[in-house]
Amino acid sequence: MTLKSLILILMSGVLVNNYVLQRFLGICPFLGVSKKFQQASGMGIAVTFVMLCATAVTWPIQTYILGEKLAYLQTIVFILVIAALVQFVELVLKKFIPALHASLGVYLPLITTNCAVLGVTINNITDGYNFLESMVSSLGVGLGFLLAMVLFAGVRSKIDNSAPPKCLQGLPVTLIAAAIVSLSFYGFAGVVENLLK
Amino acid sequence: MKNNKMMIFLRGLILENPVLVLVLGTCPTLAQTTSVIGALGMGIAATLVLIGSNVVISALRRLIPDIVRIPCYIVIIATFVTVVQLLMHAYLPDLYEMMGVYLALIVVNCIILGRAEMFARKNGVLDSAVDGLGMGLGFLLALLCMATVREVLGAGTFAGLAVPFFKTYHIPILTKAPGGFLVFGILIAIMNKIKEKDGGVKRKSFSCEGCPSAAHCKKASCPEMIDMHTQLANDNTAKEETENDA
Repeated sequence: MTLKSLILILMSGVLVNNYVLQRFLGICPFLGVSKKFQQASGMGIAVTFVMLCATAVTWPIQTYILGEKLAYLQTIVFILVIAALVQFVELVLKKFIPALHASLGVYLPLITTNCAVLGVTINNITDGYNFLESMVSSLGVGLGFLLAMVLFAGVRSKIDNSAPPKCLQGLPVTLIAAAIVSLSFYGFAGVVENLLK
Repeated sequence: MKNNKMMIFLRGLILENPVLVLVLGTCPTLAQTTSVIGALGMGIAATLVLIGSNVVISALRRLIPDIVRIPCYIVIIATFVTVVQLLMHAYLPDLYEMMGVYLALIVVNCIILGRAEMFARKNGVLDSAVDGLGMGLGFLLALLCMATVREVLGAGTFAGLAVPFFKTYHIPILTKAPGGFLVFGILIAIMNKIKEKDGGVKRKSFSCEGCPSAAHCKKASCPEMIDMHTQLANDNTAKEETENDA
């Protein structure tokens, strides 16, 4: 394991395998909370933060407690751990870093049922990453989510100023815009393999 | 009485179709519709989980304390997902491989937690089972719709069988990620158009009722509310500052 492979994992999370735009995980917040730049970036940072915390907890649980014998408990244990963790993080932030809680706190309850968080923790196990690789991969995926949110918030502010046909208003035009943003990320396929050659 | 059950069933299937009308569970809708087989697998798996969790949650609705109901629901749902996962791994290994992580992610599918919250905890066991079946089949129907469009136009096949004409002239991008967003957007636009003609009421694109987080976020997390909260928080800090100054 070298620095090179870590950078590859990071970049692949951010660009090539972007969870929102290429793998369709975490679509609900992507469509729901991307109306304004500030909210989109707040949500993105909160998700990155929770992903890192969740991976730091679930990886040791899978490796040292569940192992092969109890692997079938993975889904139940992971979702409960993530739900408890989100609550815990919220309490800690509220008590010790109120400023951060004021800016991120409102997004935290939304994250419990965000499939991107559960998805990244399970994928880290399936891909056979070690602890450091898992953390880097979570960071990459989180940053990718943040990037997608921020980019899309920009696109949506343009949509607000346009006048689509009546039946396209609201969700449909948003989805079609998402298709175009996703198409642009499609261009990154193959970039990472050649990045460090 | 029978009429009533029929209504519940049809409501899930068409009138309140979870995907096309309530817009819940978008992630699997987009991810699992590149092929008809995948959509069928996802739809059936979700239906089974939905019926199971609806029945158990409805049966236990008087036992589960209100304040901890969401964690309880999640455990029940996760149990059924694990059951389906193990069954599928044993009997349909190919489909299991194909669905990958999305099978486990049925746990966080908004439709299932949403139905528990909106229906199963307020209604009897039989009604909840019928609701689960209706909603599940509605989900399956919408997935099949999307998958048919994407597979026939995008790959020129239907459930793996070649379709004449389209086999020669297909649009590969439709089976890729951007195609998912595009087809889903157009399908919802068509639904809107049909509703418009019927003179039906325009639905809200996102409602707190359908959101599984609504219960414990106390409707505090939707965009408008976030605005309000940050505003409040800013006001509070401003107030504290002035108090400190004084």
